Amino acid sequence: MREQMNVVIVGHVDHGKSTLIGRLLADTGSLPQGKLEAVRENCKRNAKPFEYAFLLDALKDEQSQGITIDTARSFFKSKKRDYIIIDAPGHIEFLKNMITGAARAEAAVLVIDAHEGIKENSKRHGYMMSFLGIKNITICVNKMDLVHYDREVFEDIKTQYEEFLREINLKPTNFIPLAAREGENIVELSTKMPWYKELSVLQALDHFTKAAPNHERELRFPVQDIYKFTAQGDERRIFAGRVESGSVTVGDDVIFLPSKKTSRVTSVEAFPKAVNNFAFAGQSTGVTLETQVYVRPGEIMCKAKEKQPHTGTKFKANIFWMGKQPFVKGKNYKLKIATQQVPVVLSEIINVLDASELSSIQNKPQVDRHDVAECVFETLKPIAFDDIHFIPETGRFVIVDNYEIAGGGIILAPVYAQDSVLGQHVKNREFSWTRSDITPDKRAMKYQHKAVLIVLTGQVDTGKQVLAKALEETLFKMGKFTYFLGVSNQILTSSNGSNDRVLSRVQHIQQLGELAHVLTDAGLILITSVSDIDDDELNMLKYLNSPNKTIVVNVGPNNFTQAEVDLVLDEHEPTASGVAKIVDCLTKSLVLDPEYSI
Amino acid sequence: MNDKTMTKLDSLEAQSVYILREAYREFKSLVMLWSIGKDSTVLLWLARKAFFGHVPFPLVHIDTSYKIPEMIAYRDRLAKEWKLNMIYGQNTEALKAKQTFPEGKIDRLACCKSLKTEALKHTLAGDWPRYRMNHETGKYELDTNKEPYTGVIVGVRADEEGSRSKERYFSPRDRNNDWDVGDQPPELWNQFKTDFAPGTHLRIHPLLDWTELNIWEYIERENIPVTKLYFDQGDGKRYRSLGCYPCTSAVESTAKTVHEIVEELRAGKFANIAERSGRAQDKDGGGGLEGLRRDGYM
Repeated sequence: MREQMNVVIVGHVDHGKSTLIGRLLADTGSLPQGKLEAVRENCKRNAKPFEYAFLLDALKDEQSQGITIDTARSFFKSKKRDYIIIDAPGHIEFLKNMITGAARAEAAVLVIDAHEGIKENSKRHGYMMSFLGIKNITICVNKMDLVHYDREVFEDIKTQYEEFLREINLKPTNFIPLAAREGENIVELSTKMPWYKELSVLQALDHFTKAAPNHERELRFPVQDIYKFTAQGDERRIFAGRVESGSVTVGDDVIFLPSKKTSRVTSVEAFPKAVNNFAFAGQSTGVTLETQVYVRPGEIMCKAKEKQPHTGTKFKANIFWMGKQPFVKGKNYKLKIATQQVPVVLSEIINVLDASELSSIQNKPQVDRHDVAECVFETLKPIAFDDIHFIPETGRFVIVDNYEIAGGGIILAPVYAQDSVLGQHVKNREFSWTRSDITPDKRAMKYQHKAVLIVLTGQVDTGKQVLAKALEETLFKMGKFTYFLGVSNQILTSSNGSNDRVLSRVQHIQQLGELAHVLTDAGLILITSVSDIDDDELNMLKYLNSPNKTIVVNVGPNNFTQAEVDLVLDEHEPTASGVAKIVDCLTKSLVLDPEYSI
Repeated sequence: MNDKTMTKLDSLEAQSVYILREAYREFKSLVMLWSIGKDSTVLLWLARKAFFGHVPFPLVHIDTSYKIPEMIAYRDRLAKEWKLNMIYGQNTEALKAKQTFPEGKIDRLACCKSLKTEALKHTLAGDWPRYRMNHETGKYELDTNKEPYTGVIVGVRADEEGSRSKERYFSPRDRNNDWDVGDQPPELWNQFKTDFAPGTHLRIHPLLDWTELNIWEYIERENIPVTKLYFDQGDGKRYRSLGCYPCTSAVESTAKTVHEIVEELRAGKFANIAERSGRAQDKDGGGGLEGLRRDGYM
């Protein structure tokens, strides 16, 4: 089977990208029969001169304005391989479209108009190629016919642009002078420029090399989803995802990050039937495990014996911003990295760069549209990630703002220590909180119990609410000051107007924690239940309730690895004995100290 | 040692499966459009790959009533065999009033808009009846679920036609099903637009990178059943693209097997002829299909 390569054509607006592709398609006989004639005919009908770009610019607006608005793909073959040519728009307004096109590419052709010379987007696009990690790049100096095929013009642009590329560490494979409209140096070397003896565009494309497959690297298998189609009579519990790097074989000891849960691979699944006992980089696959581990989609499965990704909440990254609203501090965004989705805040702007001038702007308070910036990010829950230069697939991310992908970033390094957003918040709260003169001890003596938050955790439908209410009633009858807080996710987060699953979940925990802190500060035994909460969320809840006490009662299988659980109840435990066990636990932990019941 | 090379078809398959799984994880109300043609049948096969033999969402077919009868028979046979959650929708009013092109009342584009685009819009929104296959009786019954679908998986390919070459894998549509071509979401590093404001929905296009040839190569490799309308039945004609019979014409071809079709596309008579050349609506007016697609056509 033939090799395929994705190539993006970039450059400043009107420098002739679409013309170059149109000509390439026409001269290699890659156009469907009749297409060229149809476009020529259409031009004649509308009394406008024929342009090769019309072969690409399919949208009505594009043809009427004579510019490319959105990325288009065309398919084209050389003797060596098949190409998907991605035509990217050169206008600044459509930068996000250009990036969409370029992010799919393995190679790039950057077009510069010989007559106009290097323009702002010639540089910006060059910078973005380096940002996106595209290694194969050819620079085409187009419209040589307009400068009478003058070698000096070509050499001048080459020297200037090479200098720019050196600054951003990008080494082009070659520079080609061409006249796309005239077909010079497109397929064959041009007779109009005998002074140029290197490669035509077509030859340059064929000279690009495919990146070596990365299945010899460390395993990174981001869990995309976990399937169990029990209703269809399928008992397999399959961890599905794509191997982003490395390979995995039946019998491998694996660890999930950031949760650190471990297991061993028992099978590699496939439809219609499993064929291999291994899977490798690039494959979308699924595995089953020896033990019942409870992880959520987003965790990265790695090999226990290999170098593992970083886990943490802070990292330094370069980002480019495409959002209509600027990127600012103090706002919750959503971060998507591999299959992980977590709330994130901008914690520090180190430097903002104008990518067309390479000049940096210090002390800028926000990152504006089309800016490139070096920043420190903090996620509200730990994530697993790699440095971009170690494993790119797990070292790059996007930021979602108000339903839209608004930024893209590459991780440079983890950032350790320093205060977390949450820690800072609790510190500020303590500082500005005027404590009542009635101390917790005085309250405990009066109420005959200590204040505590009792959290019932476990999977959904394990009867946590029934148990919580029964507990409240028992404690109430014992004369304790207690309150069952039965508040749903929707109620707590609706005020923020976010219907984002990821952001609203963390908001729910945050608000529950704040409420709990007030009510336990008032001396209550507060009872609440939360389903499917993980280690980090539970720790966040406990931390927000601090300095007041939290007791965790887990109903059903205990899926926590690090968070401390005070009591584990069987899913089928009768309510009465469940309540008795919790009361016993409260007594042992001195919440219901007999000392108070004098 | 283990062979660890990915062929082009392997890569296309892996990417499509990845997209399908992203869609399934992110959309509660997800549906796949099945036109019965080769592309969406490959898509259906990829769904079975992605979910290890299951298809965990309904399949929707828009029945214009002008489909070639073999297509409907083939649809229902596979629906039963593969235990699919099969739903169809239709513009029953227009059909009753005979407001169609074949009956001479309206032109081709208006007919497409009415029988396909409108029917699709309302079937997805749930405000027109949906008919769902009862697997016990094998008959279609009125579906009680009227929830709008927020994620719609569609088997369009970039190489089919100009406006499709500009599509995203995850493409937003507003309340009126409108497609804002000039302002599409960025898509990079396999991060797609999976967040959407209430009232809007997303079209998901797992087959964008496939060509017609890739589709047939994959059908051959995987041995996927397709309707026999694609093959020459002895009269030297076959369908290359399936639509409504009044507007789709067969092409001259003697390809009788999948392999012969692959050869025909690779080096034979169709190597340089556009697939949709047999579809009349593409030619009406300039940018006919772009207009239809802006309005919600597939």
